[in-house]
Amino acid sequence: MEGSETSKGTTLRYAFGNVLSFFILVLIGVLAFSIRLFSVIKYESVIHEFDPYFNYRVTQFLTKNGIYDFWNWFDDRTWYPLGRVIGGTVYPGLTLTAGTIWWIVNSLNIPLSVETVCVFTAPIFSAFASWATYLLTKEVKGAGAGLTAAVLLAMVPSYISRSVAGSYDNEAVAIFALIFTFYLYIKTLNTGSLFYATLNAITYFYMVCSWGGYTFIINLIPMHVLLCIVTGRFSSRLYIAYCPLVILGTLLAALVPVVGFNAVMTSEHFASFLVFIIIHVVAVVYYIKGILSPKMFKVAVTFVISIGLVVCCAVLAVLVALVASSPTKGWSGRSLSLLDPTYASKYIPIIASVSEHQPPTWPSYFMDINVLAFLVPAGIIACFSPLSDASSFAVLYIVTSVYFSGVMVRLMLVLAPAACIMSGIALSGAFDVFTRSIKFQLPGVAGNSQTDAGDSSSDSVVAQNDVVKTEKSEDAVKERPSKKNRKKEKEHVEKPSVKSQIKKRLLVLPLEASVIAILLLVLLGAFYVVHSVWAAAEAYSAPSIVLTSYSHDGLHVFDDFREAYAWLSHNTEVDDKVASWWDYGYQTTAMANRTVIVDNNTWNNTHIATVGTAMSSPEKAAWEIFNSLDVKYVLVVFGGLVGYPSDDINKFLWMVRIGGGVFPHIKEPDYLRDGQYRIDSEATPTMLNCLMYKLSYYRFVETDGKAFDRVRRTEIGKKYFKLTHFEEVFTTHHWMVRIYKLKPQKNRIRGKAKKSKSKASSTTSTKRGGSKNKNPWH
Amino acid sequence: MTMGFRFDLLLFTIALLSVPVLSDLILSKVDRRIDLTSQIVRITSTLKVENEGTDLVSEVLLAFPDSQAKKLAHLVATPNEGKGKTKGSAVSLPVEVVQPNEMPPALTFYSVSLPKGLGKGDTFTLDVLAVFTHALQPFPEKISQADIQLVVFYETAHYLSPYMVKVQSLSVKLPDARIESFTKIENAKIQGSEIKYGPYENLPPFSYSPIVVHFEGNQPFAVAQELVRELEISHWGSVQVTEDYNLIHGGAQSKGEFSRLDYQARPYIRGASAVRRLVAKLPPRAHSVYYRDEIGNISTSNLWGDLKKTELVIEPRYPMFGGWRTAFTIGYGLPLQDFLFESGRKRYLNISFGSPMDEVVIDTLIVKVVLPEGSRDISVSAPFPVKQWQETKLSHLDVVGRPVIVLEKTNVVPEHNQYFQVYYKFNSLSMFREPLMLISGYFLLFVACIIYTHADLSISKSSPSYLAKLQWDEVQAAVQQVQNIISRCLTIHDKLEASLRDLSRSGDVQACKAARKAFDSLLKDLSKELKPLLAFLQSSPQAAPILPKVEDLVAKERDLQEKLMVKHSTVVDCYEKNSGRRETENRVASQQQKITALRQEVDDLFEIIDEI
Repeated sequence: MEGSETSKGTTLRYAFGNVLSFFILVLIGVLAFSIRLFSVIKYESVIHEFDPYFNYRVTQFLTKNGIYDFWNWFDDRTWYPLGRVIGGTVYPGLTLTAGTIWWIVNSLNIPLSVETVCVFTAPIFSAFASWATYLLTKEVKGAGAGLTAAVLLAMVPSYISRSVAGSYDNEAVAIFALIFTFYLYIKTLNTGSLFYATLNAITYFYMVCSWGGYTFIINLIPMHVLLCIVTGRFSSRLYIAYCPLVILGTLLAALVPVVGFNAVMTSEHFASFLVFIIIHVVAVVYYIKGILSPKMFKVAVTFVISIGLVVCCAVLAVLVALVASSPTKGWSGRSLSLLDPTYASKYIPIIASVSEHQPPTWPSYFMDINVLAFLVPAGIIACFSPLSDASSFAVLYIVTSVYFSGVMVRLMLVLAPAACIMSGIALSGAFDVFTRSIKFQLPGVAGNSQTDAGDSSSDSVVAQNDVVKTEKSEDAVKERPSKKNRKKEKEHVEKPSVKSQIKKRLLVLPLEASVIAILLLVLLGAFYVVHSVWAAAEAYSAPSIVLTSYSHDGLHVFDDFREAYAWLSHNTEVDDKVASWWDYGYQTTAMANRTVIVDNNTWNNTHIATVGTAMSSPEKAAWEIFNSLDVKYVLVVFGGLVGYPSDDINKFLWMVRIGGGVFPHIKEPDYLRDGQYRIDSEATPTMLNCLMYKLSYYRFVETDGKAFDRVRRTEIGKKYFKLTHFEEVFTTHHWMVRIYKLKPQKNRIRGKAKKSKSKASSTTSTKRGGSKNKNPWH
Repeated sequence: MTMGFRFDLLLFTIALLSVPVLSDLILSKVDRRIDLTSQIVRITSTLKVENEGTDLVSEVLLAFPDSQAKKLAHLVATPNEGKGKTKGSAVSLPVEVVQPNEMPPALTFYSVSLPKGLGKGDTFTLDVLAVFTHALQPFPEKISQADIQLVVFYETAHYLSPYMVKVQSLSVKLPDARIESFTKIENAKIQGSEIKYGPYENLPPFSYSPIVVHFEGNQPFAVAQELVRELEISHWGSVQVTEDYNLIHGGAQSKGEFSRLDYQARPYIRGASAVRRLVAKLPPRAHSVYYRDEIGNISTSNLWGDLKKTELVIEPRYPMFGGWRTAFTIGYGLPLQDFLFESGRKRYLNISFGSPMDEVVIDTLIVKVVLPEGSRDISVSAPFPVKQWQETKLSHLDVVGRPVIVLEKTNVVPEHNQYFQVYYKFNSLSMFREPLMLISGYFLLFVACIIYTHADLSISKSSPSYLAKLQWDEVQAAVQQVQNIISRCLTIHDKLEASLRDLSRSGDVQACKAARKAFDSLLKDLSKELKPLLAFLQSSPQAAPILPKVEDLVAKERDLQEKLMVKHSTVVDCYEKNSGRRETENRVASQQQKITALRQEVDDLFEIIDEI
């Protein structure tokens, strides 16, 4: 027939499909970006929470002083008096990324502030992440599944929670790097191209730069390689995909200061080296098998195995010895708690005290991945028909990430892309089956497709009937688009070619069932969209430094944190030291620009324990501890007046635990009455006399006369007391942050000093009703 | 404090010792009114000048002690035209600093040029407004939260002048509050919140009688140590104003505890002198107003607007007690047509100089006017002397940068809120430079993309791998064509089947035969087309891996074709013989099975070839 015309039509359609999917991808990017802007629209363009403030501060330093100063940066504003070597202890990926964006934008003379760049880094990278998901899923199951997975990832709540505008944290870029590394691995596996293998190593390097979660990659990929070898799927492509990654990747990873020799020394990386050895053994075996006769081969096998066993035993012994010699068995605390979920709560209170290190609850799965949780099993099944290298990787990815997410809430983030990929595969597979069934059974189409197979007239009929995925079905009735990479379309095309009905008819569902099923799927999708938008708008967009509440007289803004930080930054000396619980360390250094004792980088347990001990000690002892640390101001967060639940009193038991872990005179039972933590009149005297209690509730009773704590929903135990060693210098509008100054040491007067000393001790002893006591300082 | 006293004493002695007579002017009447109700001290003096000499005099000297002159922010003299004066119409007289000979030290003189010379016996009345900043000193210098803020003010009861003063009086207006003490000399009395000195008569030149007023001044002492105002003109329709304040409470330092409880319970007793809010009166139709500091938006502000003005009430993040500091930025956009005008071939910006905030003293004010890129012939006219220089600012895709006029002035008070003008030339077409740059940038990007996708960017055109790639492309094209042809054959097969079905429905054997004939010829054509392609594939070494599959495919297809033909003939045959349906099916069944199997194989081959 009109051969040239048909082929022209095919190329046109092919181009059209490409352009269409390009635009869909652009729209997905826009969606991913804009759904994360709720925080900017509802609140403001501001950095969120705790860690982002640190990253923001580092970025500011980087843009101001350049990359070399950044590597050598010794930060003396934190962990006073120890300081912290920032360049060597920070994952620099995020900072360098934002710094580069800022530099490019500014060299184009577009005056964006560092803050703006930082705020919008996460949304930009989530758009990249959804494109990477498209590529990865396309490698696994074709373009249709890729688009579906990309759109799911663009708005998966779990990822939104870490990448809203302002959430300037490592995970924001790391998830993109993770997915992209997996994509390049699969791409290399599918093509066997060394080019992609090199790219893969570079992306892996970027991932190592960005997030400690890179260990997930360096364990998952070896696992997959091992799986492939075990299931007899070894090929040269597998070799090319794996070996350059290990060699180049490890070399590159060792370049990152924070990783350094850990890349070859810690147990997290051993799996990759082990598999590296195995894959070489297997490769050699395959090679020898090729050149030897079967008989000779058998002889060789026995020979090699006997020698290999000896060598393996020796290596294993050395490894075990090495590992056993290190106290944590070569595993870092966080990684150990991944393998043994109870590890952290048993041994490291500082890890356990962070809420995101707790195991998640069931509702949090529903909250974070929503309907995807139900689609994942279907996706796994779809991956098994047929099972390819790529789809086996996807299955392995989802299985491991489900395990890890079960250990730590934070790792739900790693699960989210896997769940999106699986659900994308499942959804697109389901749409495939249903639309095909409908198309088959629509009277006009089935009949026409015989006579008008090459004709375009029937397309319009289908187009009208197919609500979803129109463009796909259009292709389906037409002739096969003969380009190679359009596997997806190809499958469709063959199916309606009517003569193969006998086989294909088996997959055809009744018309009504498929219509209803499609409607239900669309409904499911709609539910997901509604939930995601809700999560983005309501649940995850609060910056947590500004709180809002709606009351009968409208919106009420609680901006106390910034009020306090602004006060500190403008009204204290530049070199004053501020002590607070470590949660507020990053914010204090970034917003108030004051030196802190401990911060969110919990690298020195003893130091944190010292602050914890001071907070749980009586006033005088606390004053001595703080004074020895050269502290001038103490900052506490108090939610009792307005009912802000995550305040220091609620975190206090962790201070006691962490402090008690190092300083045994702090005993947790002293602060508990019958195993219960309480601050009312039943509370223990130790509790009522500790510094945290006093600083939180100082003069609290005078607000309402009863001293009713709105968070604990009780009246406090000790209402009237005076501070002897501290004085209030600032309290914010809603009392959420209270700042106290250490009183200067009183001049020593013989005789008088003794007297006041005895009084001070009586104040701090078990006596209650401290208000009756005379203040020894006045 | 003590320093001040000593200094005044010194001055006093100087004044007594030196009695040079400058000219024959005398001040026949001096009325001074001192307004101490805010932190800015305003002294309005009405001087009646009389020439007793014979020479024509066109200048009047005003004298201030150096200590005061340092704090002098604004000095303006206007002719007093009796009762029916309207302030707006009065043109201020030129004032300049002079250093006349034979004058006592530690005095600064300003000379006012009179509109016309004074002859013998002529009189002239003028109003002099002198505005001082930092003239009120807190005493005690440190107070606690509960204390009230007391301030002292030093002046002379006698008007300090190089001329003889015949009659003079002084009234000091205080805020409605407690007066701690004031210097009691003769003719001093207190009336409500006003202290009156005088009248004093016939005092010689340089008479000086220091007085001290110590009173409660709880008004906020908001002092902007530095204010940078940036006015950016965009010819797309707005003037963007950004004001960076560096604010300090200049009153008595606060000491001891700050208790939020006390402040909240009794805000006007505990923390009476705190700066709670500031009011900025912005021009009408101001839009996109924001109020923030370096750590983000400050939510405590309110905005009202009407046709006359826009009022922005801002509260600092925390109430400011004595000595506390804060820094913030306010910004707003103004419609261009309200402030930019054209005169001749030049355009000029006409906008007010100072801060829009009331009662804020500005120690250093820097006004930056950012003109659009490509402005030329820039000149400034300001109503008072300012330091001035030019900078360049790069912003929003600029290439050469925007010219920035920087004006700096110290000691700025609300009286300086006068309009100043910046004249410049600007070609309207330059407006389109940046959009065009963007457009052409994108255009080039797309062109580059098109070129990249269409051009052959291999480095070596003769390398074996490149040639192999070319060949492989050809092979692929050929394979694709083969596939195309085969799929068309398959379509024809489908149509053949369809004709059979039509036959079973209608029984029209002839039509079926005709269809068969047509299809036969089509298939022949196709197989002809196939031949050169296959020949090509066989000849090409690159096609080796794919060739067996393709050949297999073609063979299978031919097989399928034959089987179909046979089936077709059988069925048609059966119809012609009118044999029973079952018989036909029986005869066809075995063929049908083969056909199905073959079809399956062909499909599989398609997939395999696609994957290679």
